[in-house]
This record gives sequence, C-alpha cells and structure tokens, in this order.
Amino acid sequence: MKWFAIAVIAASLLLPPFLAGDFYINLASQILIAAIFALSLNLLVGFGGMTSLGHASYLGVAAYISALLTSRYGLGHGSAAVVSIAGTVAMAAIFGVIALRATGLGFLMITLALSQVLWGLAYRMSNVTNGDNGIAGLTRPAPFGISINSPASFYWFVLIVAAFAFLMMAIFVSSAFGSSLKGVRDQPRRMAALGFNPWLIRWITFIYAGFWGGVSGLLYVYYHKYIHPTSLSTTSSAEALLGVIAGGSGTMGGPVVGAAVVLLIKNYASAYVERWNMLLGLVFLFIVLVMPTGIVPGVSRLTAAIRRAPP
Amino acid sequence: MTAAASNLALEVINLKKAFGGLAVTQDVSLAVRPGERRLIIGPNGAGKTTLFNQISGDLRPNSGLIRLFGFDITQLPPYRRAHAGLSRTYQIITLFATDTLEHNVALGLLGLRSSRWQMWRPMSLYSDLAAEARRALDAVGLLHLAAHPISDIAYGERRRVELAVALAQKPRVLLLDEPLAGLSNTERSTVKSLIASIPRETTVIMIEHDMDTALDLAETVTLLNYGRVIVDGGRDAVIADELTREVYLGT
Repeated sequence: MKWFAIAVIAASLLLPPFLAGDFYINLASQILIAAIFALSLNLLVGFGGMTSLGHASYLGVAAYISALLTSRYGLGHGSAAVVSIAGTVAMAAIFGVIALRATGLGFLMITLALSQVLWGLAYRMSNVTNGDNGIAGLTRPAPFGISINSPASFYWFVLIVAAFAFLMMAIFVSSAFGSSLKGVRDQPRRMAALGFNPWLIRWITFIYAGFWGGVSGLLYVYYHKYIHPTSLSTTSSAEALLGVIAGGSGTMGGPVVGAAVVLLIKNYASAYVERWNMLLGLVFLFIVLVMPTGIVPGVSRLTAAIRRAPP
Repeated sequence: MTAAASNLALEVINLKKAFGGLAVTQDVSLAVRPGERRLIIGPNGAGKTTLFNQISGDLRPNSGLIRLFGFDITQLPPYRRAHAGLSRTYQIITLFATDTLEHNVALGLLGLRSSRWQMWRPMSLYSDLAAEARRALDAVGLLHLAAHPISDIAYGERRRVELAVALAQKPRVLLLDEPLAGLSNTERSTVKSLIASIPRETTVIMIEHDMDTALDLAETVTLLNYGRVIVDGGRDAVIADELTREVYLGT
C-alpha cells in the first residue's frame, strides 16, 4: 500500500513531460511552484501556529527584485537571484520583528497590513515597478548553461528545486528545532519553563518561511516572465492559505495537494465559468465540512478505517 | 546579574503582585536553603500558585526580588531561569497529548541543550536524548509506556510523566505545584516515594493540600494567607502553631 502510494506520486511527478501536452506540463510546473509557496506558508500556519495573511509579500518581493535587477540594471540571473533572496530574507527578519509582537488575530492583521503596504507600493511607485502594467519581457535563467525555455525543460528545473525544497522543509519540521516549534505552537508557557525561547523560535521560523517564499517567487517570475502587483495581493496570500488548510495544515503532503487543487480549479473552471472564484469557495466549503483537518489527514484516516474494517 | 553573598538556594524578598486592585501577593519573603524540602500551604486563594508563577517567571512581580543561588533572577524571562537551574511542574497537567511519553521527556531534556537549535538533522537521530529520556521514564516506573502517546495513559501516570520531565532536567531548584492532586491512594504513595527519592542536590519546594502525605516529605513549612506569610519555620513548630490551626487546619 505504501509502495503503491510512492509509485503513484513518483509517476505523477516524472511522467508529465513524456505524456502530456505543453498546456499540462506548464500547469504541472505552476502547481509545483504553488506547492513550494504553500509549504513555506505551512511552516508558519501548520507547524508554528502563526496564521499569516501576508505571505505573498515574500513571493512578490523576490520576484520584483529579480525582475528589476535583470531587466533594468542588466544583472545576470545568478547574482540577481542571490540579491533577491537575501533581500527577501532581510525583509522577513524585519517584518517578523513587527508581526511577532502579537499572536493569533493580531499577528494575522499585522501580516495582512504589511503585505497591503507592499501591494500599494507596487501599484503606486510606477516609476520603479511600472505600476499596473507590470514588468514584461523578462527572461529565464540558463542554469549551468542549460536553456529552460521549453515547457519540459522548465518543468525538470522546477521539479529539482521543488524536491529539494520539500526535503529541506521536511527535515526542518522533524528536526530538534521543528520539535521545539511544534511545542511552542501547542504550549508556549510550558516550553518557556523548559528552557526554550518561544519568541526566537517563532522569529527564526518566520525568516525561514520567508526564504522559501522567496524561492517560490523566483520560480514564479521565471515561469511567467512577467510580474504584476497582483502577485503581492491579499488574494494571492489567501489562495495559498486556503490551499494549506484544505490540503491539511501541519502535514507535509497537505499543502502540496491543496496547491494542486487550487490551481486545477483555477485553470479548468475558469475555462467554463466566469465566476470560478465562487466554485473555488464551494469546493473549499465542501472539503472543510467533510474533512475539517484537510484532505491529506482526512484521506489517511479514511484508508486506515477501511483497512481496520473486517472484510 | 550580580552574585550576592548568599548561601540560599532560593530567596524571595518583599514580593508584591496585584491584579488590578486585588493584591494576590502582599509581601512575601522566603529563604530556602540548598537541599531543603519546603512545603507551602494555605487556604484556596492564598496566593500559592501566583507565588510559584512569579518564581518561575510566568508572572512579573510589581516589586520585590527573587534570587536563585544569590543571583537576581527577578527580571529574567522563564527560559533563562530554566537554564539557571529552575524547574517546575504544573497544577493542571500541560503535557503534549499527542506525543509519546519519550518525546515529552526528550523535549524537556532538549530545552537545556544547545542542540535545540539544530535544524538539519531529524530529532529521531539523537539516540542519546532518547536513551536519557527512557532512563528518566524508568525512574518513575513508566518505561513500558514510553512509546505510547500521553492521551493513551491514565491521569495518575501523567502526573508521573510531569515529574519525569522536570527531574530529567536535573534542576537545582524544583517547584512542585500540587503533585498529588487527583490521585488515588495507591498512586499517591507511588508519587510520594518518588518525591522522597529526589536527590539532595535538588532543592524541592512543594504546594500541596494533602497534609498527611505532604508533611512526611517536608522539613520546613510556610503558611500563606491572603498573600502574606503567616507562619514559617520547622515542620513541627508550624503545625503546633495556634495560627496554623486557626487559618488552615481548623481545630
């Protein structure tokens, strides 16, 4: 059963470039990028108990920095990537200090407010960001001189980064630090009495989540070769949060499944219905009603129940 | 932190704490020698747990001083106090319900180690941590349940896990907040002998209502009432005191 599941996952990750057309290969790339983004948000929401409604800040800022540096200042992709990730991480460190003055709803509101500031800046500072027109005509990098301009080659590139990101975050949450993080999520007072510094643990996690958010932002701008203020919008943050919650927060598989569900609905439904957001809402309502803890925990409980049941 | 010329394990000087107009700790001073077994008693609402919360750092006093082995810890956050050698248990059990007993104790051990910052290595690879956690569980007679989640075990066993977590940290000063609350008679005697077997390197300060059991464990007793120390001294002297009979034991 376990090997069967692994085989299905491996096949669905490795086969698209061989079997599917360009549209589906591109869709798969987008799902993987959204999955990295949702996984990074899940570090905060699921493992840290810090519900953020401003995570698009990290995706958007990394994407904008890379776009500006490569298009306007003629920097190479390598150094632009390093600078944009460093900038995003520094921003996460500062935003973390501000947002972590509060927990719960207060934290959510501060992250929302900070991301709204950035979104507003992207719209209004049109001499830098080109405002509502966005920045177009961007290029993709060529890692080790290999072109990733075709859908299939780009997919392989994203798959490698996504696999690495998944692995790093999986190790992070199962590490000693990850155990402290989960402890602080459940019982901060107890953890402090045991010798853990709850604030510092949350802050480091906030920065780490910002780092992976930034990585997904780079992939996002490489894929679209275009960046627009909507990448920084609350809708973008909320979509990822919905994905995390629907897929199963606090699990590693949940955000991946959730991100896939969001993107599939977005791409399929928008072809048939104009108000696809409504459909998205209905699907999430259904998921939350049937499986309150999310798809991944819900399905694994279901399969466990089926296996336990007498034949 | 400045070292004071003091040979006391824990010293509380003129501690005051009020919630709004309600003075919960009016003026409490305590002096506990290293290795001492101190029992704190008093009617409900006397301010016993509030006093513990100030010593452990969960609450900041309005004024007064708290010294641990001569060091002023009054302004330190709780985690710094833990690193200075202070451990506590809670009246209401606060273990991690879905985690195993072993993981609960290991987390306590981890709290005092620098490896708690390690991010690139799965925690399951720390075999020394697991081994030490299992030793601590063995000491409270729960090794056979080490792999079970807390939610699987009985209330009395959870009390023992609480003790195991605190004792695994090898604290210099241990605060026990009603360690016998809600236990059956047999569980009571198990926990009692566990507390009696705590090594003398650890100073023990205990809040407890079960006088029959607690008095056997205590050498000195402090009686609190309305946020003040009413009687303080050797066990027998405090028990014989008129005020103790009047306020607490009831004649």
